Amino acid sequence: MAPDVDLAARPPGPGPSGLELVRARVPWAFRWEAGLALIVVIIGIIGTVSSPDFLTSSNLFNLGLSNGEIAIMALPMTLIIISGEIDLSVSSTLGMASCLLGFLWARHWPMIAIFVVIAVVGLAAGALNGLLVTRLGLPSLAVTIGTLTLYAGIALILLGPNTVSNFPSAYTNLGVNAVPGTGGAITYSTLIFAALAVIFGVVLHATPVGRSIFAMGASPEAALFAGIRVKRIKTVLFMVSGLVCAFAGVLYTFRLSTSVSDNGVGLELDVVAIVLVGGISIFGGQGSVPGVVLGVLAFAGIQNALLLTNFNQEASGVVAGGLLLLSVFGRNAASYASRLRAWVPALRRPTEGPADGQAAAGGQP
Amino acid sequence: MNLRQRAWLTLPLVASVLLAACSSSSSSSSSSSSPPSSSSASSSSSGGLKTGLKVFVIPKNLGNSYFTTADSVNSGGALAALQALGETGAETSGTADTPASQLPVIQADISKGANALVISATDPTALCPTLESAMKKGIAVVTYDSDAPTCRSLFINQASSQAIGAIEVDLLAKQLHDTGEIAIVSASADDTNQNAWIGYMKQELAKYPNMKLVSTVYGNDDTATSTQVTQGLLEQFPNLKGIISPTTVGIAAAAAVLDTPKYRGKIALTGLATPDEMKKYVADGTVVSFALWDPANLGYLAAYAAVELASGKITGASGQTFTAGKLGSFTIGADNTVLLGPPYVFNSSNINNFNF
Amino acid sequence: MTATLLRREPPETPAETSSRRLTERVFRIRESGIVVVLALFVAVTTGVQHRFLSDSNIQFVLVNTTIYALLALGETMVVVSRNVDLSVGSVLGMSAYLSANLFGEHHGIPIPVVFLAGLGIGLGWGLVNGLVVAAGRVPSLVVTLASLYIIRGVDILIVGGGMVTANTLPGSFTGIPKATVVGIPDLAIVVAVVIAAGAYYLRTYRSGRELYAIGSNPEAARLAGIPIGKRVLFAFAVSGAIAGVAGVLWAAQYGTVDSTAGTSYELTVITAVVVGGVAIFGGSGSVVGAALGALLLSTINSALYVLGISDFWDQAIFGFLLLLAITIDRIISVRLTAALRLRSTHRGT
Repeated sequence: MAPDVDLAARPPGPGPSGLELVRARVPWAFRWEAGLALIVVIIGIIGTVSSPDFLTSSNLFNLGLSNGEIAIMALPMTLIIISGEIDLSVSSTLGMASCLLGFLWARHWPMIAIFVVIAVVGLAAGALNGLLVTRLGLPSLAVTIGTLTLYAGIALILLGPNTVSNFPSAYTNLGVNAVPGTGGAITYSTLIFAALAVIFGVVLHATPVGRSIFAMGASPEAALFAGIRVKRIKTVLFMVSGLVCAFAGVLYTFRLSTSVSDNGVGLELDVVAIVLVGGISIFGGQGSVPGVVLGVLAFAGIQNALLLTNFNQEASGVVAGGLLLLSVFGRNAASYASRLRAWVPALRRPTEGPADGQAAAGGQP
Repeated sequence: MNLRQRAWLTLPLVASVLLAACSSSSSSSSSSSSPPSSSSASSSSSGGLKTGLKVFVIPKNLGNSYFTTADSVNSGGALAALQALGETGAETSGTADTPASQLPVIQADISKGANALVISATDPTALCPTLESAMKKGIAVVTYDSDAPTCRSLFINQASSQAIGAIEVDLLAKQLHDTGEIAIVSASADDTNQNAWIGYMKQELAKYPNMKLVSTVYGNDDTATSTQVTQGLLEQFPNLKGIISPTTVGIAAAAAVLDTPKYRGKIALTGLATPDEMKKYVADGTVVSFALWDPANLGYLAAYAAVELASGKITGASGQTFTAGKLGSFTIGADNTVLLGPPYVFNSSNINNFNF
Repeated sequence: MTATLLRREPPETPAETSSRRLTERVFRIRESGIVVVLALFVAVTTGVQHRFLSDSNIQFVLVNTTIYALLALGETMVVVSRNVDLSVGSVLGMSAYLSANLFGEHHGIPIPVVFLAGLGIGLGWGLVNGLVVAAGRVPSLVVTLASLYIIRGVDILIVGGGMVTANTLPGSFTGIPKATVVGIPDLAIVVAVVIAAGAYYLRTYRSGRELYAIGSNPEAARLAGIPIGKRVLFAFAVSGAIAGVAGVLWAAQYGTVDSTAGTSYELTVITAVVVGGVAIFGGSGSVVGAALGALLLSTINSALYVLGISDFWDQAIFGFLLLLAITIDRIISVRLTAALRLRSTHRGT
């Protein structure tokens, strides 16, 4: 009599390891943020240990000041990258807005009118990107390199070699004063970043639009067939990015109390680096807003910690680049590990014959 | 007597001790304020300076050889002065010549407990909110090389802007025999010191009615850009006879362009440069003479001024004097500015005596 | 590996020939488009300021272009394979300083040795980039962004506050960019020959054409058995090596080198390459086009300075040209794809 099939018996050979069980249960994105949070804590510890001034409210204030605009720009960048595109024109939009602010202020426009014009220009700048990418089907990398150059050029044309720095202190004080009631630790830009992070986070993670953004990044064709209005959403994302970056330009100008044509040059690389450190995949379809918030903390935190020690600032680029590489290697670590595991047993595998396989199967056909 | 009564009794005792101490120190300070002969002046100023102060030297950016000479210990610059005075000195800055790069460093230095800041300002106004709050905290703020006029106690200028502007034009006029079209290759359009010097150059040009400034171009202290703007000048103005480039990057780039048989000797070049940069061009005749000052002395003087300020020996007001070690004594002039001295002219006869 | 690299293409079928001819004709037209724009620009500028076409200015423009044209050659090979190399500026900067510094440290060192040193430095970094991209499976945008930071950072650490000054460089070295024959700079001729060689390699040799295949459709290339890792590694190695040599030329041209050499060159190079007709996502484009793009950008720069138009317009013009170029290329590629498809349905292939 044949033995009954033992449905409870585990299949022969090695079963899923504990690690694999965890990986099955916990989504990938969540694991990256956990690791990153750990890194942020470690950076905090290193900072505190290496300098007693790290966790002071005035240092937190300085940290917020130096990185506020970059952090704010990283939020729409996150959504754009998740949707499968990229926007390298962020720093030039900031610069263009800064120069527009100076240009109009020098011509005695009222500040409210200037804000409105800057908002419109920011939306238009984003709209140009969005239209070229969605209507003409041009690759966003090339388009935004073009608009990066174009907007930087417009900034140069607006102000030329001049600077404007006679802004009223009511505005430039945001570069000096903390938000009242926070003990001198929180800058206005930090507050704005926090508010925007909540908004973007809710949109990305808790609305249908957010799910669409993930979908179009993961598979543009499937998203299209699923009825998602890819073109419209991407155009809106670029326009939001333009608006946010223009706003960041205003903040930047007031913080430095100076409007000059090279404001913001080169910042786009920092923004992309922060987003990548935050666990957002450059290929699209993966990432989270908590991730980018942690990315901001990691990137800014490590630079600030180094500033407070006697670390040679000349090497700060190496640290930034290293952090970026580590984050990407970290993401690929899982695939490296599995490739390594596949490679190693291949060397050690004893010769297998059909008899062995039969025996392992317990005699089952 | 109970405790409270004993406490009241100690008061007059303490008061009298204090009074005695104050009067003795005031008598010593009055003796030091008597008209100084050189020896008593140096002894009183070195005697009254605090030691162990944290002083941060913040050039426009790191990686610039001019500032390395101005600041480092080996060249006898700012850090050397601080070391000699027994202070804790450090040179910090960003890597880009922009306020956005310099500000976080200034703020970090304040957080680290700076007693004094010695800064070459990347922008005349952008640093002000931070510097003003530093001064409110009692930190001595001294600028050197490039000023932020409204938010520092003292500015150490290498030479008067008027003297620099004038000597540039005079050096060129001598080579051009007072006649011809000239142009200026500057650095960045918002550089405080560049614009100040150019202003005085234009004033000095009024003395030479047959010399005409046809253009001012900006090389942004970038070698490739400075090269291209110079080439553009040569084509745009075929009758150009002379170029002034009051920036070490600009003049090196312009010299490389003019270093061909076609231009050498036909178009005169002068400006501000370090001797090392110009050795080749002076040797082959592309450049006849140029000016500078000793950046190390500038840094040295700035460091001394900062320590004097932080020790409360001076407040930065015009008319005050102080001694800066081996450089001698200096008087604070108008605009709370101290001048190092007149610009120094380099030419083939002395250029090989210097190594910076 | 050498045998595979240098193996030529097997002969084509007639259908392939006619499609290829159509494609090539279109790209020749695209390249001549750049030449037309260039000619128009030169004509207009010379009309206003005849000294734009003076001997000296032609020499200036050609010499200024050589470095960008060389970088464009390396960048094209990388971009065609659907990658990007953002680190070229940093590699150039490090090579410029370290190689020029050799003259000061070792008096009498022969110039070719210095060129080899620069090439070596660039090749080293190129291999690192390529290995991380190919073996590490990391997107090249990220890798070369990181190496842009890291290489520049290491360069700043090495250089510190120092600089190489012209008096430490032999006259024969700084004379290289100034040597001319019948009014044309020797350097321009050499670079033109190198570009032609690069174009020939990419067009004729199998490994060159495989770069295009990888950029066109990586999956198909993998299934076709193309050794993607090796080819991509090779492309990055070449790009790095070229950047290294360009660094030595930079030192020869400018004479004074500090830690800022080559900053932001990568943006100009990518603009030149895209304006020159190379698709940013790979698969098409030519080095001749990229070199012409570099020439066009240099010419525009020079025109602005010569005309005395504030050079504050050049960024805006470059940006506009880039957008125009990619729009035109998109239209061309859509039409071309349709035409090729029509042909293949007619032929029944």
